[in-house]
Amino acid sequence: MSQTDLIIHDEKDNVAVVVIDKTKKNQECIGWIMENDKTIKIKSINAIPLGHKIALIDFKAGDTILKYGHDIGKVVASIKKGDHVHVHNVKTKKW
Amino acid sequence: MEIPKIFLGYKRENGRVGTRNHVVILPVDDISNACAEAVANNIKGTFAIPHAYGRLQFGADLELFFDTMIGTGKNPNVAAVVVIGIEPKWTKKIVDAIAITGKPVEGFSIEGSGDIKTTMKASKKAQEFSQWASEKQREECPLSDLWISVKCGESDTTSGLAANPAVGNLMDKLEPLGVHLCFGETSELTGAEKVCATRGASTEASKKFMKTWSDYNDFILKEATNDLSESQPTAGNIAGGLTTIEEKAFGNFQKIGSRKFIDVLKPAEEPKKGPGLYFMDTSSAAGECLTLQAAAGFNIHLFPTGQGNIIGNAIEPVIKLTGNPSTATNMEEHIDLDVSKILKREMNMNQAGDELIKTTIRTASGRLTCAEALGHKEFIMTKLFRSA
Repeated sequence: MSQTDLIIHDEKDNVAVVVIDKTKKNQECIGWIMENDKTIKIKSINAIPLGHKIALIDFKAGDTILKYGHDIGKVVASIKKGDHVHVHNVKTKKW
Repeated sequence: MEIPKIFLGYKRENGRVGTRNHVVILPVDDISNACAEAVANNIKGTFAIPHAYGRLQFGADLELFFDTMIGTGKNPNVAAVVVIGIEPKWTKKIVDAIAITGKPVEGFSIEGSGDIKTTMKASKKAQEFSQWASEKQREECPLSDLWISVKCGESDTTSGLAANPAVGNLMDKLEPLGVHLCFGETSELTGAEKVCATRGASTEASKKFMKTWSDYNDFILKEATNDLSESQPTAGNIAGGLTTIEEKAFGNFQKIGSRKFIDVLKPAEEPKKGPGLYFMDTSSAAGECLTLQAAAGFNIHLFPTGQGNIIGNAIEPVIKLTGNPSTATNMEEHIDLDVSKILKREMNMNQAGDELIKTTIRTASGRLTCAEALGHKEFIMTKLFRSA
């Protein structure tokens, strides 16, 4: 199978997980959607480390992050497509 | 892959099948550990499972203690049991309950005769049991005789990406063949509890799950000394890329694939609704969770790990798998199956599930797990509250 830089669990997901050591700024990344075995391409606009998430769309505050096809938290600061999604711009809806 | 239809197991007197043929020396209480270990040292083919409790427990905590001890003895991976306790009454209670399975079991109490005489009498019985068990042969058994428990530990982002969904894939393939399955970890499902509740196969099962989870959550809120949002996800989880407790919980939840659970079990409770998936109310501490699942009668365990948990169990063989290539390399002696090729897209989930089924059947048929080869025999009692 072809090399992949990102993995997307579910086709409904709006974030992908980096599975290479680190993406480079402006790197054209190849993403694999596990659920349907499809491939997508997305430009990483920042360096994002292994295991961390990259935005597949533009988000504004109040939007919902979907991973595994499920709601995993709310956006608290706008995120550009291709940028790093983590604790600085996403929070739990639990507390 | 065509799923193999059989494995080689030990048929027990009560119709259950063991993947192992243990002769166990079971101490009833902390002060009987020394005698139980002396017997196990004397007699080859036996081992003791020492633990820290069994004195002055009461109420629900005492009931769980007995359920754990009795369930461990009844587990089909155990061929025969020698029970040793300080007092005759609790010793007899455990012996009588194990005896219902029809397997050889005998109890000895130390009070009034001392460690040395008790060790001598118990060793004679242990020798008889060990030689008797050594003649048992493995026979062909259908996969429906497998009772598979699962629990993950030292998780990282690779757990949710590869190892946990590989277990889920195995569940999706084996459940239709009549296998019993069990997942637990009440605390680690926090954040995904509402979605987990929708996986109940009946309204009753869903309600029972939410009641169990809410009771746990109330207990946490009562005992917590700080805001849990500071500890879940952990600093290590966040460094690895996990952002929220929901994300962590959904990663954990991948282990059950697309299955629905038919019932919710109390800690150490034996499933009674036939084949299918069960949820058990357990701690997320690996040693405690596995001991409860083994006491409920599960005979083989799947343990996905990210950073490399090294857990084993006294009664159940524990198969460890990882999707983390560093763990697979640096902790090779602990990893039974490496599924890290998923991250490079050199293996898909269907293939990973097939590889896990093959490893499970080989292990059930007798291949030692890494944890067994390394001598891991963890047996950790769950304590509900302090003793009197």
